[in-house]
Amino acid sequence: MDWSYTIWIPLLPLIGFLIIGFVGRKLPYPVPGLIGTTGIFGALVLSYITAYRYFFVANTAGSFEPIKGVEMLWMTFSDKLHFNMGVLLDPISVMMLVVVTTVSFLVHLYSIGYMKGDPGFGRFFTFLSLFTFSMLGLVVATNLFQIYFFWELVGVSSYLLIGFYYEKPSAILASKKAFIVTRFADFFFLIGILVISYYTGTFDFLTLNGMSESTLASVGSASFMGMSVLALGLTLAFIGGAGKSAMFPLHIWLPDAMEGPTPVSALIHAATMVVAGVFLVARLFPMYYHVDGGSVLHIIAFVGATSSLIAAIIATTQMDIKRVLAFSTMSQIGYMMLALGVSGYEGHHGLGYTASMFHLFTHAFFKSLLFLGAGSIIHAVHSNYMTKMGGLRKYMPITHITFLLAALAIAGIPPFAGFFSKDAILDAAYMHNKIYFWIGWFVAGLTAFYMFRLYFRIFWYEDREYHHTPHESPLTMTLPLMILAVLSVVAGFVFFYFLPFGTYITPTGEEFHMHIDYFLAGISVLVGIVGIVIAWIMYFKKNDKAEKVAKAFGAFYKWTYNKFYIDEIYMFVTKKIMFGIISAGWMWFDTYIVDGSMNLIGNTTVKTSHALKKIQSGKLQDYVYGVVLGVVALAVIFIYIWTR
Amino acid sequence: MDLSNFFSIMRGEIVLAAIILILLLAEIATKDKEKVIHLAIGLFLVHTVLGFFGVGEGVLFGGMFKTSSLVNMFKNILNVGVMIVLFQSAEWVKSKLKKNERVTEFYILLFSSLLGMYYMISAGDFLMFYIGIEMASLPVAGLAAFDLYQKRSAEAALKYIFLAAITSGISLLGISFLYSASGTIFFDELKPFMTNDSLITLGFLFFLVGLLFKISIVPFHLWTADVYEGAPIGVTSYLSVISKGASAFILVIILFTMARPIMELWREVIYMLSILTMFIGNIFALRQKNMKRFLAFSSIAQAGFIILGMLSGSQLGMSAVVFFLATYIFSNLGAFGVVYAIANQTGKEEMDDYNGFYRTNPLLSVLMMLALFSLAGIPPVAGFFGKFFLFMSAASVGYYWLIFFAVINVTISLYYYLLVVRAMFVRKNDNPIPAFKSDLYMKIGLILPAVGILLLGLYSPVYEHINELVGMFLK
Repeated sequence: MDWSYTIWIPLLPLIGFLIIGFVGRKLPYPVPGLIGTTGIFGALVLSYITAYRYFFVANTAGSFEPIKGVEMLWMTFSDKLHFNMGVLLDPISVMMLVVVTTVSFLVHLYSIGYMKGDPGFGRFFTFLSLFTFSMLGLVVATNLFQIYFFWELVGVSSYLLIGFYYEKPSAILASKKAFIVTRFADFFFLIGILVISYYTGTFDFLTLNGMSESTLASVGSASFMGMSVLALGLTLAFIGGAGKSAMFPLHIWLPDAMEGPTPVSALIHAATMVVAGVFLVARLFPMYYHVDGGSVLHIIAFVGATSSLIAAIIATTQMDIKRVLAFSTMSQIGYMMLALGVSGYEGHHGLGYTASMFHLFTHAFFKSLLFLGAGSIIHAVHSNYMTKMGGLRKYMPITHITFLLAALAIAGIPPFAGFFSKDAILDAAYMHNKIYFWIGWFVAGLTAFYMFRLYFRIFWYEDREYHHTPHESPLTMTLPLMILAVLSVVAGFVFFYFLPFGTYITPTGEEFHMHIDYFLAGISVLVGIVGIVIAWIMYFKKNDKAEKVAKAFGAFYKWTYNKFYIDEIYMFVTKKIMFGIISAGWMWFDTYIVDGSMNLIGNTTVKTSHALKKIQSGKLQDYVYGVVLGVVALAVIFIYIWTR
Repeated sequence: MDLSNFFSIMRGEIVLAAIILILLLAEIATKDKEKVIHLAIGLFLVHTVLGFFGVGEGVLFGGMFKTSSLVNMFKNILNVGVMIVLFQSAEWVKSKLKKNERVTEFYILLFSSLLGMYYMISAGDFLMFYIGIEMASLPVAGLAAFDLYQKRSAEAALKYIFLAAITSGISLLGISFLYSASGTIFFDELKPFMTNDSLITLGFLFFLVGLLFKISIVPFHLWTADVYEGAPIGVTSYLSVISKGASAFILVIILFTMARPIMELWREVIYMLSILTMFIGNIFALRQKNMKRFLAFSSIAQAGFIILGMLSGSQLGMSAVVFFLATYIFSNLGAFGVVYAIANQTGKEEMDDYNGFYRTNPLLSVLMMLALFSLAGIPPVAGFFGKFFLFMSAASVGYYWLIFFAVINVTISLYYYLLVVRAMFVRKNDNPIPAFKSDLYMKIGLILPAVGILLLGLYSPVYEHINELVGMFLK
């Protein structure tokens, strides 16, 4: 079968980007938006065709071979190492193509309405198309180098989009924070790539994943600080992924990134870029599983569980609706990481892997729906704070219903999408380690609580007077909401009963049967309902119960409200320790040791230096001392210390 | 010595010397000095183009002068760099004419210095090397003082010449140690004598100082910021790019051939200096407000990355260094070009002057952003691959801690490069630098680096070609 057309999937948004970027920015509303949307629509159609051909025509169920649709040699580094660019089609990349193009298309459509009247309309679509191109290039990457390349491009376009409202100082700060934190993590990823590719001699995913346990053990026999080098490389790569996916403690950029336009949050910070870390681990899953008996997976499971718990707790106290959703995203991605971390490899043991991808799939729909709904609300109320909202169900019926459906989905209430994928994750956690299961179970309850706290607070709570009467958003905005709402409802059971994920997406490519464990499902639904009921008691009608509860929790509430002061800890480390202690120490060294010794030598030649100072700046002799001292230091170090 | 062989192997040097002589005559012959500018640029353009065709390789003067296709290729890279410097500086040189200052000397000095670099990188023994390095640095002092009535320009020249004299004195002392231990000054004959013997080690370390000074490696970097700030910008970009590039190139050649037997020693030296240079360059760059000083310190930090690639001692490492130098030349010239154009038109050099620059001069801001992104190593521009290869070569010999430090430094540098980008694109300014037009030469001088940055990033045969030549060289 010919797959070479798949190259156009990333290229169409790229062409859109180039057209809008070079000629379309000054065009009248809504032309740039239409160009961008057309480009992504083309990619969407091609992705659907590819998915159909890949899953139903080229392969039979249960044996999905990876296919390289396109492969181009780009640079030869040494005989063994090549930089290639290409399109790799396998179950997870095809699934990601569908997710990315679907959400991106809907967000493009929504943005035509949302960004109407913004002077940066053209610029917005330029960046949005650039982002989509980069993200598609990332998911189809055939090798580590390509994924890193697009990984960075995704980072750059996300930086541009978060800082889109560049008049706002907070947006600039947020974009810088996001860029630098994720770049910092990316560098670990880069070192990880260098280590992995150096020892295995390849960048290629298929070769890497095809290596058997014994091959991996022999190529990675060297050790570094008590770990085998390959385990080290994979851990470093995971740190890169954790940075992009906002895992604790590298999550600090995500809440601030909400300064970007809301459609951006829906696309990048809910459905696509933030799951890149999960995708990376899934992409290298056979390797993660086989190196050192899967020791790195323990780290991943631990980080995932911790992040999901911390984020869910923080989400219960935030007042800015977009921040609630941001922490919720972090929590749900923690779930996906946890599922990967607890996953086995063959047959039904691979449930964690399948569950993780399943949850990624369903989460993309209901979370982007929640964000777009929030955007619609902010559009109407002109505020991010839930204290400024209440009783909105009367004014915005479509937003109300779609938001409710998404909230039910994320709360894990059957038969909505989140129930099936979350249940699979909890099932996998239960098989692996009961503690992870109970953490996940507790988080499920918290999720239902904070989501319905949000829902009741926005749409019920009190009937209030609005300065401008809020009104429902235009069709370009509500249509994507409705489509996503349908997906949030059906994506779960369709892909559980009719086209089960366990048939299509497994670590080995061989199918297994997914089933519901009614005991586990029962208690997790129960905890979800309890969460909803508590939210109903506290927030359905205006009352002071919430304040009382907050008071009862006292210090813990404050602690949580301030996100456990993690940002402050970072500030302390960077400002006080890095800039304070280290540079203060450096200054001390500079003033007393360097200058002091200069002065000591200088005093002996004070007259000459004085004479020279009149002609010259007086610093030259210091430079000469510097050179001489440097030479002496080198000589002393290497003749008397090193050679002995 | 076969004469035709002589003309073939030394063709580049002969043509360049001829150009210098022609310019001397032209200075006497014509009163219209503007013609001299066009003549100098035109002749050098011809020379640059000729360089790509059929320059022979081989050994002359009993081994004192040797070239290979790698050396010839690097001369071409230097030529392109100088060509860009010439284009960028034409506007400034013309402004000298209006003040009735001399202009021909600028070109004569510049070309003489370049000729010195040719000899330096083709050296087969210490004599030729020393003549080359001195010939390369003496005219630079004259160039640095070219803003005749500016005190800081004279100051820059004086500082440069003093420190160059001291370091080349130390270097010479080292060479004499090496000679006394071995009885030869030829690189090839010295190789068997390179051992852990104290005299050899000491001699070699002393010898290195001269080159480390030119590449501005800490602690021999102290002159850099003052000289870069004081000298005319064209000279600064020449110093920071061409002079540094040529010196780094000959350093890597000497380390990889003559000094290979004592690799264990120089690895330790380079390792230590690389970390020191990256950190100090970056920490100082963080607080600079003047664009020239800012670029000076950032180029010190870049020097730390350059020598990082030398650690591996393998073909991988040498290709990485040469490729990085090529990317660095284009990126730095791009950044300096924009600073140059602005300083020519408005005399402004402070970072705050750049606020709101994008509104008035979008193209220049985009070029500046491209150059800074390349210096910071963001894909897909050239600098990303430069750094990637460097790190790769260091990883290949297991220097993970060094890469870790390098990575921290890339993050720091990213921060301050973004400061400039933010100033241009984001910050508001009530009276930003007004929109202006540069002359044709300046435009070419700005387009060339942009093309280079993109080409080296996206067009892979460049790296493959370098890798192939390095492979031939090391064989």
